[in-house]
Amino acid sequence: MTKVKEKKYSTYWDRNRKSGGYLFKRDVMNVLWAIARFVLLFGMCFLILQPILNKVSVSFMEESDLYDPIVVSIPLHFTGQNYQTAAKIMSYKEGLKNSTIIAVTIAMLQTAMCTIVGYGFARFKFPLKKFWFGCVFAMIIIPPQAFSSSLYLHFANWDFLGLVKAIKGETINLRGSVLPYYLMSATCMGLKNGLYIYLVRQFFRNIPVDLEEAAYVDGCGMLKTFVRIMLPEAKPIITSCFLFSLVWQWTDGFYSKLFLGKKVLVSTSLSTIVDSLGVYIAREQGVANAQVSVSTQLSNCILSTGTLMIVFPILVVYLFAQKAFVESISSTGIKM
Amino acid sequence: MKKQKNKLAGLQKRKAIAGYIFILPFILGFLLFMVKPMFESFYMSFCNVELNPGRVDKSWIGLENFRLAFRIDPDYTRFLTEELSQMVLYSLGIMVFSFFVALILNQEFKGRGLVRAVFFLPVILSSGVILGIEENNYLMAQLASTVEMAAENVSVTDAIQTILRTAGVGTRAFEWVFEIIDNIYDVAVASGIQIIIFLSGLQTISKSMYEAADIEGCTKWESLWKITFPMISSMFLVNWVYTIVDFSMRSDNQVMGKIDTVMLNQLDYGPACAMAWTYFGLITLFIAITSFFISKGVYYYD
Repeated sequence: MTKVKEKKYSTYWDRNRKSGGYLFKRDVMNVLWAIARFVLLFGMCFLILQPILNKVSVSFMEESDLYDPIVVSIPLHFTGQNYQTAAKIMSYKEGLKNSTIIAVTIAMLQTAMCTIVGYGFARFKFPLKKFWFGCVFAMIIIPPQAFSSSLYLHFANWDFLGLVKAIKGETINLRGSVLPYYLMSATCMGLKNGLYIYLVRQFFRNIPVDLEEAAYVDGCGMLKTFVRIMLPEAKPIITSCFLFSLVWQWTDGFYSKLFLGKKVLVSTSLSTIVDSLGVYIAREQGVANAQVSVSTQLSNCILSTGTLMIVFPILVVYLFAQKAFVESISSTGIKM
Repeated sequence: MKKQKNKLAGLQKRKAIAGYIFILPFILGFLLFMVKPMFESFYMSFCNVELNPGRVDKSWIGLENFRLAFRIDPDYTRFLTEELSQMVLYSLGIMVFSFFVALILNQEFKGRGLVRAVFFLPVILSSGVILGIEENNYLMAQLASTVEMAAENVSVTDAIQTILRTAGVGTRAFEWVFEIIDNIYDVAVASGIQIIIFLSGLQTISKSMYEAADIEGCTKWESLWKITFPMISSMFLVNWVYTIVDFSMRSDNQVMGKIDTVMLNQLDYGPACAMAWTYFGLITLFIAITSFFISKGVYYYD
């Protein structure tokens, strides 16, 4: 019986006729949409990737190529000179070392503290919890720039509860030292830390309570439960918070300029690369102090090269940990 | 019975204490590095601030700093209005764009992971200092336009714009749409996180809903508005707030740049605080009002 039925509608056109032309129409629409989607997505991906590709091609050009209207994307005289110049101007090696140390330690500190705080918000009931969580939201919304000026002054004349003044007779100037920023990171006040707290809390709320309760019943303390049972569960969100923190700290200009201004960091040296180029060329030509005018093309070329050099490490991180970045946000199920 | 109740209260109390210990770092940081400086800077915005070695002298001058910011400073008011109108325009553009892209990325096709990775790339790459630097890179702009011209001499959007303009439809609203389309790169770069948030919302909608609607004779277009839109309306609220906050803190923001120069280069702390506070106040007000209206329209399934 079934065999007959199968035979009846065996060919595609038979089935199409049976459905009143619907099948064919649907398939055509699907194919057309697939083509349109491909064109659209290809265009948009190109749009996003084009600046990076352009930078790559420019960074390998010799100076004469920059002025040549015929040379567009493929360099005529292939050179690695720009990379050397940019590295010299930015003191790339030192900056790389400093940036790595600072970004990694800061990211570790911020992630650890935000995980602890986020866990506290997700799993415990205590008075004024809503109020404090509202404060987390306030932290996300209020830009640090709104009070950066007084924060700056605060650390310029730093004093802990009047203690330092009582002992040494004067306040300490912490400006230009890294300590303030570590202090702020240890108390979840760093770059975008409100967001990390929120993400971690969202993640912990999705883990069933039974797991913890079983641990409590078995006589596991609160701290031990957190370290031994909840932390291993939260590995994905911890990794992605760490990665975000690392990457954003790497490129951050605001906090770096405010607190770490004296250290050679890749982010701060990139933002002043054009000025440094003028000084560098003046020194190369032996013209002391005189401002040598650098052509826009050359300074932009060096700027692109510098940007590439800074972006390269985080690009590598992203290539390896792409999933951790993207899936963390979608897995937590952000809701309001 | 009574004893048991007491015990429970004891456990609750212990849990409450543990909770406070867990969030203690945040409370400390919030009070020390946020509330205190905020009050100080609020106070400073009404003061004449003088820096002397070892101490800061403040003397009350009332609204003088605000007058300075709004009436005397040549750039601030202009930057503020420009930045705010740009914010509204771009936030709307980003919402529409990211919703659209998320809809496409939610479908099954080959290479979806790759496309998603590319769209997320700007979140990583165009952050911090890099964003501000991109702004004034003439060489890149030149190259981009060369590539654009090589790709097609007559651009479709240009043609549509000309047609609409000559047809007399080129009103203010259309000009805004054109501006967004012309700056689609900025929009695309700023909507990485929003796309992911929308995507995560789209993936929670069960397929059976669409199937039921399909059987009832609902077209794709109708089910978009009747199912998809209400089901992820809460994501709109999240994304709207995120977009505005993100936009207001961008490093290429003119107002922020202005505040930075006034503070760090001219060392005028009072006016800098006044500027920062008006800017931040306006943004908070804007977020509060808009999210109030959006939350009215949000539909919660459960």
